[in-house]
Formats: sequence, structure tokens, C-alpha cells
Amino acid sequence: MNLDLDPGALAFRDEVRAWLAANVPAVALEDEAAHRAWERRLAAAGLAVVSWPERYGGRAAPPLHTLLFEEEYHAARGPMRIGQNGLFLLAPTLLAHGTPEQCDRILPPMARADEVWAQAWSEPEAGSDLAAIRSRAHRTEGGWRLSGQKTWSSRAAVADRAFGLFRSDPGADRHRGLTYLMFDLRAPGVTVRPIRQLDGRPGFAEIFLDDVFVPDADVIGSPGDGWRVAMSTAGHERGLTLRAPGRFVAAARRLVDLWQEQGDAASRDRVVDVWIGAQAYRLHAFAALDAPTTEAGLTKLFWSELDVTLHETALDVLGPHAEVDADWAGGYLFALAGPIYAGTNEIQRGLVAQRVLGLPR
Amino acid sequence: MRLVPSPEQAGFAATLHDMLSAAGVPAVADSWADGDYAPGRRLWSRLADLGVTALAIPARRGGLEATPADLVIAAEELGHHAVPGPAAETLAAVPTLLAALGAATLDAGRLLPALAAGQALATLAAPPWLPFAADACAADLVLLADRDTVGPARIGAAHSSMDRTRRLYEVSPAGPMDSCPAVDRALDLGALVCSAQLLGAGRALLEASVEHARTRVQFGRPIGSFQAVQQRLADVAVGLEFARPLVHAAAVTLSTRDLSAAKVACSDAAGRAARAALQVHGAIGYTQEHGLGRWLTKVRVLSLSWGTPAEHRARVMAELTKEAGWN
Repeated sequence: MNLDLDPGALAFRDEVRAWLAANVPAVALEDEAAHRAWERRLAAAGLAVVSWPERYGGRAAPPLHTLLFEEEYHAARGPMRIGQNGLFLLAPTLLAHGTPEQCDRILPPMARADEVWAQAWSEPEAGSDLAAIRSRAHRTEGGWRLSGQKTWSSRAAVADRAFGLFRSDPGADRHRGLTYLMFDLRAPGVTVRPIRQLDGRPGFAEIFLDDVFVPDADVIGSPGDGWRVAMSTAGHERGLTLRAPGRFVAAARRLVDLWQEQGDAASRDRVVDVWIGAQAYRLHAFAALDAPTTEAGLTKLFWSELDVTLHETALDVLGPHAEVDADWAGGYLFALAGPIYAGTNEIQRGLVAQRVLGLPR
Repeated sequence: MRLVPSPEQAGFAATLHDMLSAAGVPAVADSWADGDYAPGRRLWSRLADLGVTALAIPARRGGLEATPADLVIAAEELGHHAVPGPAAETLAAVPTLLAALGAATLDAGRLLPALAAGQALATLAAPPWLPFAADACAADLVLLADRDTVGPARIGAAHSSMDRTRRLYEVSPAGPMDSCPAVDRALDLGALVCSAQLLGAGRALLEASVEHARTRVQFGRPIGSFQAVQQRLADVAVGLEFARPLVHAAAVTLSTRDLSAAKVACSDAAGRAARAALQVHGAIGYTQEHGLGRWLTKVRVLSLSWGTPAEHRARVMAELTKEAGWN
């Protein structure tokens, strides 16, 4: 075993570090235009999507480089990635299941944030029980017509397009008869109603679909095979592509610094445990490069609970000043969503128990 | 960059697991608890045949001079099977001390080959981490480490441990103490072995819990189908999954920060595995006959040995506050 970076990885890390040091801007969370501009600069530097094939704007970099990029990005306090639902959820799905035409058409504008994507999984009656979705896709000439309602759609308030599952064959078994479709959020028949989140911001939205036309070219995989295709995306969402270890390592380091400035003896061990947790997540990700079979649910459970604990600890260190500390208080509210989205942690524990440990259903 | 065992290391672990699975360790441990050390000594001899006792010993002293990563592979299996005996002392700490001694009262040139060959078991007291010498009655070599000195120890009063397979002995210097530059390093390596043992013990507790939950039927269903049981065991699995890479990284860097982080995480993860295991087993797990208690008690005493979690947390913070960097 060793922890040494090869010369290529070291050179890549140094390039990223230097570029970010010279380029990371301060971007207000609500400033959509600034976020899109930042994504274009990242893309122009070849850093928006390092793992993607070169023809789509990436560098075909190995997974280690992605982890290193994320470490540097979060250490440099890079802005939240406005395109993350597309970049980290849809793109892996397209690369695995999409046609070359779809990849050519969709991935380059996604990498530049010319098109920002939202996810449209949940429905009012289908949250944890995702396979209960009722939104319909009706066959029509040259494509499909979508009807129904999606909710808690991350980024839909600012996004251009969305992807999700629709019931295309109501007679089939609930996991079959689902089709994975992409649609335009500005198409006739689409109404987006932003939902204010706990922090007052319109991060997610309801999407109402009234007979919205989608061409056959925007089906991913085969009609009726959507569940299988979607589950590969769910793995990415639960895994480390969406919540890279670098984010937690950087936040844990800031917590240590905060504790050093104003912490007391009583909170020391909690701060240490958070730092150990972040380090464990980082090392686990490195180990997974050589043994990538870990059930994604294990990872999602770990980082989402760590994130809440990390921010709770920071708030306790800050004491009564915490509520006016936009960084830590905002981070806390953001972290609270982690154990809920991408499959609640109760669902994940059930999956771990049954799929990893082999306990009976 | 590689943080998972090599195929050779995985093979080594599998060989040890197979040998220990067939070696009747529960009966060996019962004998050990009753003061009959002969079966245990034979088991340690078989571990020596597989190279376990020679891993941390220099090649010129008859050892394998293996890496700490190899050592944690072996230690995890010892913990997995709750093998009785002073493992971290014999495998790691005492060899490190002896190898660092120059001309001294202790004859390292004779003792190290004997340890490597499994002809001798060694134990150690090193206050404050190790106030007693564990299993000194079963050991051929009993040392006392005090700050920067090491020497042979005289055995004093015995205390029974909450782990039935351990007896703890008060010790005093049996002669002059020699200066030794490796006391801290020896204790750190012992702590690393202890972490790996905890990880292995935690894994055994989870495996036993899963097996019991799959087969024990109540209310007409295997209890492992109940969400309360599933959710708890899933959390145990998460804890162990994320403790392992800390142990492997610590075996590579051997830094104070990483060694202590591993000890904290393994103590925590194994402790939660132990509590969950007893709860899943219910009353049968609380009996001596069942044997779950060998892991339960070993986890608790190993967590407190080789530095308590509180001491290791303090060491991690002391190192972090020295660091300017962020990783």
C-alpha cells in the first residue's frame, strides 16, 4: 500500500491549484449569471469536467484526478456548481446509456453551463417509493407527450432542461413500463413553480407537465427500461461524484481552524471526530479507486451524516454568534437536506442491510 | 496510490482466516482463560509457521522485515478470531524495542530470532498506556518500558481482566533499565496492531450478528427482516467500512496523527459493533457458553489499551493544530 501520487497526478494537482488560486471568484449564491460565467471559465480552462472524454470538453482524466480536482476546488473555496445535477447525474447516465448523437448534442453545452439541467424524480406521491411515480409518457408520432407533476426538483428554478422517469406503460409491473426522458423546461405545457427551501432560497421547484412533446431522440436507453437506467444515475448521486470528499476535508479543516480560534475544551473531541470522519471519507475514496464495488448507499450514509455533524459542531463552537454566520449557518441548513435527498438514509440503510449484509427483505 | 491490500496480502489474510477457522480457537481461548496456556502456545506456533510472528523482525535477526501494512493484515485476522495472547506486544512493540537496543542487558540477538520463530511470546508494561503486562504468566519475555528506557520486568500481583482470556500483571524493574530510542515508535506500532485487531473483532461481531439475525425467528419471521435490526446493523457496517482505510493509511504514513485517528475510529466502530451484536443476539449473547463475549470484552479492553480514545483524540488535535496545510 502507498499514498504516493504519480508524477502525472502531481502535475495535474499543481496545475489545478495554481489556476484556482488565480481565478476563483466570489460569487453570491443567488447570482445565476455569475455562476454560469464561472462555469464557462472553468470549461475554457479544461477543468469543468476533467473525467469526461475530450470530445465533450473533458480530459479523459482518471478517477484519481477527479478526486484531486475536488480537493483543490473546495480548498480554494470554489463556488457551488450550478450545473451539478447535469454534470454529476445526467452525464454519467448518458455516457453509460446514451447514444453518440445524444452525447454529442447534450454534453458540450452542459459542460459550459449553456444548458443547466434539473432532475425530475420525485412526485407528490413518489418520494422514497420512487417506483410509485404516476407522471405519464404517452406515445405519439415521433416521440412522447408528457403529463403529470414532479416535485422537489433540484435546480429546476434556474435550469433550462430536466431529466426524469415517466410511466410509459401503466399495465406493466411498477419497475417496468418506466421510460427515462429529457425535456425542455421552457417547452409549451411546462410550468415551473419554485419552492422556497428551509433557507428561504428557491433551490428546488414543482414542475407541472401538460401534454409536453418530447422527441424520440430524448429518450435515454430503451422505452420501458427507465428504472434500470435511472438506478445507475442514483448510484452516482449517492456516491462520491455528487459529494466529493474534498468538500468535507476542506470544511473539516476550517472547523479545526475555527476551534483553534474560539473553541473550548468541551468541543475538542467532537471537532477531532469530524476531522477523522472527513479523512476516513477521503481515504475510502482513494481505496475505492482500486476496489470500486462498495454499495453506494454506504457512502451516502457516511457523508450525509458527517455533513450534519460537522455543521452542528461548528455551530456549537460558534455559540450564539452562529446564527449570524452566513457560511456555517447556511452550510448547516444545506447539510440538513443530505440525509433526505437521493434516497433517504432509512432507505439506504435498508439497501445496505439487504444488499451488502444479505439480511432478508 | 494504492490503499487496498495487494493480491498477496489478501491471500495472506485468507490463509490466516482458513487456519484460524479450523484451529478450534474457542476451545483454545477457554483453556487460556482457565490458565492452561499449552493449546494457545501451539496456536501461536502455527501462526509463526505462517510467518505472523516474524513480520516486524529484521531479516538479520531471522525475521521477514515486512511492512506495517502486512502487519495490520495479520492483526485484523487475529482480532477477527479473537485469538488469545499478547498480540500487539509480541508482534510489534517488543520486536521494535529489542531491534533498537544496542549492547544492553537484554540479548536482542538471541530474543528476536526466538520471537520470529514463535518459540517465545513477549509482553510489555509501559505506563501510562499499558499499566500492566498482559498475560505475563504465559510469556517468555516480560519487559517494562518507562519513558526512554527499557528493561526486563519482575512479575508482581495478578489481576483478572473483564476479558476472561487476559490476566494482567503488575511489574517492577528486574534489573538495570537500558536507554532505548524506540519506545514511542514501539507503542505507536502496538497501537496500530491494536487498531487492526479492533477492526477484525468488529467485523466478526457484525458477521455473527448478521448470521444470527438471518436464522433467529420471532413473530414468525427472521429478526433480520425487521427494520429496527436492519437499520442498526447497516450503521455498524458503515462504521467499519470507513475505519478500515484509516488503518491502512496509518500503516503507510506511521504519523502520530494518522495512527491516533485509526485507533479512535476502530475503537468507535468496534464498540458500536459490539453493542449492536449483543442487542441483536439478546440473552443468548450474554451467556459464556455462546462465545460472543470473547469479542465483546476484547473490544472493550483493546479500546482502552495502547492509548485511550481520549488520549488519541488529544494527539490528533495536537497534530492538527501544528499543521498549516489542509489535508
